[in-house]
Amino acid sequence: MKKKLIFTGILWCVILAAALWLLNALFMPKYMSEIPEGALIAEYYNETAGHDVVFIGDCEVYENFSPDVLWREYGITSYIRGSAQQLIWQSYYLMEETLKYETPKVMVFNVLSMQYGEPQSEAYNRLNLDGMRLSPQKLAAVNASMTEEESLLSYLFPLLRYHSRWNELTGEDVEYLFHRDQVSDSGYLMNVEVRPAENVPEGKPLADYQFADICYEYLDKMAELCESHGVELVLVKAPSLYPYWYDEWEAQMEDYAAARGLQYVNCLEIVDEAGLDFRTDTYDHGLHLNLYGAEKLARWFGAWLTQHCPQVEDRRGQEPYETIWAEKSETYAQRKTALEAAWAAEQKEDTPQ
Amino acid sequence: MSFASAQFLCFFAVLFVLYYLIPRRHQWKLLLAGSLFFYFFAGWYCLIYIGVTAVTTWLAAQKVGRLQQEQDAWLKAHRDQMDKEQRKAYKAAGKKVRWRWTLACLLLNFGILAVVKYTDFVLGNVNGVLAAAGSAARLPMADLVLPMGVSFYTFQSMGYLIDVYWGKYPPERSLGKFALFVTFFPQLIQGPISRFSDLSRSLYAEHRWDSRQIAMGGMRVVWGFAKKLIVADRLAIPLRELVSAPEQYTGIYVLAVMFLYAVQLYADFTGGIDITIGVSQMLGVQVTENFERPFFSKNIAEYWRRWHITMGTWFRDYVFYPLSVSKGVLKLHQKARAKLGEPGKRVSVYLCTMLLWFVTGVWHGASWNFIVWGLLNGVVILVSQECEPLYAKFHGRFPGLKGSFGYRLFEVGRTFVLMSSIRVLDVYRDVPLTFKQVGTIFTSFRPSVLWNGSFLELGITGADWMVAFFGTLAMLACSLLGRKEPMREQLVRRNPNLAWGGCAALVVCMVIFGIYGIGFDATQFIYNQF
Repeated sequence: MKKKLIFTGILWCVILAAALWLLNALFMPKYMSEIPEGALIAEYYNETAGHDVVFIGDCEVYENFSPDVLWREYGITSYIRGSAQQLIWQSYYLMEETLKYETPKVMVFNVLSMQYGEPQSEAYNRLNLDGMRLSPQKLAAVNASMTEEESLLSYLFPLLRYHSRWNELTGEDVEYLFHRDQVSDSGYLMNVEVRPAENVPEGKPLADYQFADICYEYLDKMAELCESHGVELVLVKAPSLYPYWYDEWEAQMEDYAAARGLQYVNCLEIVDEAGLDFRTDTYDHGLHLNLYGAEKLARWFGAWLTQHCPQVEDRRGQEPYETIWAEKSETYAQRKTALEAAWAAEQKEDTPQ
Repeated sequence: MSFASAQFLCFFAVLFVLYYLIPRRHQWKLLLAGSLFFYFFAGWYCLIYIGVTAVTTWLAAQKVGRLQQEQDAWLKAHRDQMDKEQRKAYKAAGKKVRWRWTLACLLLNFGILAVVKYTDFVLGNVNGVLAAAGSAARLPMADLVLPMGVSFYTFQSMGYLIDVYWGKYPPERSLGKFALFVTFFPQLIQGPISRFSDLSRSLYAEHRWDSRQIAMGGMRVVWGFAKKLIVADRLAIPLRELVSAPEQYTGIYVLAVMFLYAVQLYADFTGGIDITIGVSQMLGVQVTENFERPFFSKNIAEYWRRWHITMGTWFRDYVFYPLSVSKGVLKLHQKARAKLGEPGKRVSVYLCTMLLWFVTGVWHGASWNFIVWGLLNGVVILVSQECEPLYAKFHGRFPGLKGSFGYRLFEVGRTFVLMSSIRVLDVYRDVPLTFKQVGTIFTSFRPSVLWNGSFLELGITGADWMVAFFGTLAMLACSLLGRKEPMREQLVRRNPNLAWGGCAALVVCMVIFGIYGIGFDATQFIYNQF
């Protein structure tokens, strides 16, 4: 009797573990039709070849640079490991994780997140961290990012966090139980809508413009990490009109880059040079560039990379890059066509008859 | 460290593995270390409080036990030299000395309990009197932190001391073992209030791995968590909303508060006790049952014999009985009988019953709500007793009624409604507000809120209400089907697959439907506060 009890107990524990694993997959948000930003981090693991340039940062990287243009026009292989409101420690651990998979020539870090010296919100943490594979980097990123109400356990077993979705589950949760569609093009989240930037508000005066010590600590760690791997760290500030980029912040970044011997590009200063027009090149009134803006910026940045980072090669004609990027470009073009059609239809609907 | 926390699960997992790995003679020491570690999580200062209670009670019991031994030895040695009267006088003198030691310890420990639990209540009332008298003076609140489980471990320890004083059993010689009895972690949070004679045997025994006991205990733990996380904590959300804005939620909402709170408290408290007993069972320790399907009681007196049983028996054995046979009460009894005749016989019973329920109310919490709640229970029990002849007369006229299922159902329903009505005093801010709210049931009933969707705006969705409803049904079904033998025992006997499958399904339900994680505070059990 006892033996039977133990045997059935073990058997049911195994069944239970399998059921919980399945439920975990079911309850995890899929980020396919809504908030696709949540799917970005995990998509990196589908890459089959390395990249010469890896962008790291928040929405200012995954919305503003088009890797397809970098490839088509300069032969630069690149990937954007960006996610919404990515905090600097999250960027650092993503950088560390990326270096486990590949050693790019250049890492481009967008410095907007220097303004956040402490964990911000659980929702953004989830968008940034859920997609990371379980690794020491993920655990460290979670530990550094958690707000007071969060627990490490819920990152290890996301069902403990998402169980409350039981009455919100949709067909999408079943459809994408074991696979996901690609929502980005090499980490770039395409948007073709046009909403001109009008009346961009001036930045409100701040009580303290000094970036937090912890941000500098992580920036130092990034620089050291890149140096130890023979990777050049390039700092950029993407050309978003809002959130406001203060002169005091700019001065700190310029000083830091100079002191560290890093290259720093403030793209807000090259808006005209890159041909960016905030009447046509933004989809949300200047916060982010749309596809047309991202392509223009990539065109400018590709030229800059070629000139200032000569170690970045032109990989056109080289296999497997040629094949991989041909396929990527095709997907990119198809997505562009589909989105443009959808946007045109939406415009038509909104136009008074 | 609450039961409903990851820390507790980790703590218990480690303790459980070590418990069966170490030499069995050291198991009780590990339990003591684990209990102190568990208690330390509630705050280091708590260890001082519980330490004082454990040490003083142990010392007092040792002293009382030694005095008893010396007395017995002396009497044995001098039996031939003393007549009956002398022996009686000697015994009485010895008892007096033992009582002084006992009393000193009782005063110290109940004193600690009174100070930490009731100081602010007393100060608040003094301030109320000062305000009523027009004085602007106010006493500052003490804001003392209540040590976790102070009421439970104090009562448990004092019960032990009184038993030793009464000579029921000799005192425990080992301070460590006695400290384990006081601090045994599964029952620290919300009881039960164990008796030394019941708990000590299995608590100090050496335990071999017993798969059946461990499986049964584990299943009971899962059931306890399910009750707590799925039903109790889900109902806590609308209840919080209903109680937080009493002026908005009147009439039928108050009725909802009564019944929802009854179900929530049952799920919460019995869930916690299931975890306590299940965890103990997994360690081979037999903890006294604290509930016996209380909502199937036919009257309030029976209800209190089946709800929080160990508290009821504690008050019965250490308050009610000693009070009933105390000199003062016996004197009162004689006087009342002489003056009032036959009805006078009841005066002492009334007095003791009301005192018992007053103390029970005070034990539950430092507020007038609990005192009135206790007294109301006493009143209802006394009125029921007094109405016995009327019931008998009624049943004499309708002889077939009493045994019928319908009448039994009526009795059970009546007791549930009555208990729920009295218990509503637990939830509202103060006594006048409670009565005002209950009054609105009769003045502004507004049943339309039942179907106009208002109940869907109380913090949980319609689907949540369904989960709570089916969870409650499941509890009811388990109570009904487990009348003679717990469900898990029945299932294991029939087919272990059924038991384990049911357990796995419960875990899945708990993980999905449980109220925990961000946005929920599911960690506290209601009875923690007592």
